[in-house]
Amino acid sequence: MKTTSVMIVGVGGQGSLLASKLLGNLLTDEGYDVKVSEVHGMSQRGGSVVTYVRYGEKVYSPIVTAGECDFIISFEKLEAARYAGCLKKGGKIIVNTQQIDPMPVITGAAEYPEQVLEDLKARGFDVDDFDALTPAMEAGSAKAVNIVLMGHFAARSGIGEDKWMAALEKTVPAKFLDMNRKAFSLGFHG
Amino acid sequence: MDLKKLLIGNEAVAWGLYHGGLKVISSYPGTPSTEITEFLSKHDDIHTEWAPNEKVACETAFGASLAGVRSACAMKHVGLNVAADPLFTLSYTGVTGGMVICVADDPAMHSSQNEQDSRHYAIGAKVPMLEPADSAEAYEFARSAFALSEKYDTPVLLRMCTRIAHSQCLVEMGEREECPRKEYVKQPSKYIMMPAYAKAKHPAVEERTEKLKALAEDCAYNRIEDRGSDIGIITSGCSYLYVKEVFGDRVSILKIGMPNPLPEKTIREFAAKVKKLYIIEELDPVIENHVRALGIPCTGKSLFSPVGEFSQQTVREAFLKEGVDVGEVPEAQGAAPAVPGRPPMMCAGCPHRGLFYTLAKNKITVLGDIGCYTLGAVAPLNALDSTLCMGASVSGIHGFNLATDGESEGKTVAVIGDSTFMHSGMTGLVNIAYNATNSTVIILDNSITGMTGHQQNPTTGYNIKGDPAAKVDLEALCKALGIRRVRVVDPYDLKQCEQAVKEELAEKEPSVIISRRPCVLLKYVKPKAPLKADAEKCRSCKRCMGLGCPAISMKDGKARIDATLCVGCGVCEQLCAFGAIGEVESK
Repeated sequence: MKTTSVMIVGVGGQGSLLASKLLGNLLTDEGYDVKVSEVHGMSQRGGSVVTYVRYGEKVYSPIVTAGECDFIISFEKLEAARYAGCLKKGGKIIVNTQQIDPMPVITGAAEYPEQVLEDLKARGFDVDDFDALTPAMEAGSAKAVNIVLMGHFAARSGIGEDKWMAALEKTVPAKFLDMNRKAFSLGFHG
Repeated sequence: MDLKKLLIGNEAVAWGLYHGGLKVISSYPGTPSTEITEFLSKHDDIHTEWAPNEKVACETAFGASLAGVRSACAMKHVGLNVAADPLFTLSYTGVTGGMVICVADDPAMHSSQNEQDSRHYAIGAKVPMLEPADSAEAYEFARSAFALSEKYDTPVLLRMCTRIAHSQCLVEMGEREECPRKEYVKQPSKYIMMPAYAKAKHPAVEERTEKLKALAEDCAYNRIEDRGSDIGIITSGCSYLYVKEVFGDRVSILKIGMPNPLPEKTIREFAAKVKKLYIIEELDPVIENHVRALGIPCTGKSLFSPVGEFSQQTVREAFLKEGVDVGEVPEAQGAAPAVPGRPPMMCAGCPHRGLFYTLAKNKITVLGDIGCYTLGAVAPLNALDSTLCMGASVSGIHGFNLATDGESEGKTVAVIGDSTFMHSGMTGLVNIAYNATNSTVIILDNSITGMTGHQQNPTTGYNIKGDPAAKVDLEALCKALGIRRVRVVDPYDLKQCEQAVKEELAEKEPSVIISRRPCVLLKYVKPKAPLKADAEKCRSCKRCMGLGCPAISMKDGKARIDATLCVGCGVCEQLCAFGAIGEVESK
């Protein structure tokens, strides 16, 4: 089989590491060869962050480059656009409609492109945009946005919800499991 | 243990060292090496610790090896500069218990101030270096490095890089090898490196290199994948993965796992099999220069840049230029629209912000240092004038003030974090006191090593396991080093900050200001209720925007505070002249 490439992108502090851990655990359980590439250190301080997850029969490179990505899962609108060039022909973008202003926008040096998702669609990108923040709050915390998004992706992944739930149990601490289960379900069925 | 686990390279190194019989590891945190020691700290049957700096860490590992156990230290590439002093002579003394120095390079500078290539240290110090390409190799190489170290009586460098350190792949693990401590025997000619003994040691080092070269020809670290292709590629580390991603089994590869010393015969043998030879290595042309020195024509840095990280795209594009078949070329859906950048920034409620605001407002020249507070350099604060290396702010301000014959003394400060001060700021402060400049040093004490992800240090009062430990009293320390004027301020209090900075700069003697407040991301720091900007009172002066706080933005010409980000630090509230910012009224 061909290698499948997923990019989880967002803003440092939004919980992309946990999302990639969930996906990594799931794919390992499914018997795939898996590579995951994370970002640590300075870039985490509110900067743009990207995590690569690749799986298949045999995966060499842990990173995803231009035109190779099957799915971009974006925690924020602007970040979906930033990495859109990595998407392969026929690839799909799943994006949380949350807007987080980067520093150049805050300081007035740049403007936030409000129509960025419409722009992507006009350029022919397959964009599945939805509000992950509201269901995350409903589940109990704005921080659960990551799991809501993974739930939404799960419904399009071709891997059953039960297997995802089993991986979720392995990935999140027991005391947050109920909240994350709820967040995942809301994303899956949302 | 017999299972495959998905591990980042650093966790794989940690397990490799542990299963290899590690007894003592001492390290200083530094991205991308930090997690090696953090993972090891979970084991209670070995000693793990954060040392004040890499030199101390390396020498601690040396002492442990001298006493007869397997030891290690871990650091980032620039940390090895600090530990270079012990390294070069450790090469002469060799070891008793096996000793591994893990060093993690940072091509593309994800979290570093330069892009240096650690392989030069292996060549310079004449010690073997191993370089894994993924987590599975990281485990194997770390585990086997102890036996290599003991057999050849040398410390072993294990070279990681960001991409391998922080990428996960499946790793199959074995069991821990228990290595009883060897009995200590006094060996002056081996361990006392004064000229008489060291002179005898240098030839031994050269002989050892010859033996290691023989090993390099015939070891599992270096391997030829002969596919009978016209082109041949010599590569190492993650570059190997990118080559395999593009070519799979279609080209012949010499995969180097031991970049020092290199296997000359194997290289000649490989080069003879192919019509055109390529060298693909990130950063400097270390393998390439070696191959050229053997008189073998090859293509390397003329095609593959010495700058930054590679990827399969780098490999694909380079060989397309060469007219080599690279298989299927990925087709992108389309071009991404141009969007504003999102550089990292200080967190909402970061205690460094108030202090930097004060310095920027008073147009003070600021010699900076290494840590989260380097982010004070970016807009809108633009508060820094220099960042060089660990400790350079404190030593640098002294030189700066000497150069101006003291003219700069009243308008220049050095800023340095608590952990960085312990690392190598103290010695600079001694120099200020001893050689007498009226320099003002600000210690940004956020009670943790922040940038690398919250490691304890000697000023926090806790050790690597979170247990209570001796706590350095910074005020007493600075006084003991010869600074009479030492005062503490709360960086959330702008008035207090400004008063302290102005007063200390006006004084005709050296001074230290300790700007003390714990990092807002620490678990025990409980955020206060978020503040709210009153759109009716806001006069759109944008003064609050000068803080560069990610929680504050202008919407429809009025300041707005994001309640999900704001931690209620109150710095913006002090700035607002119209009383527009305040706590949300309780019902």
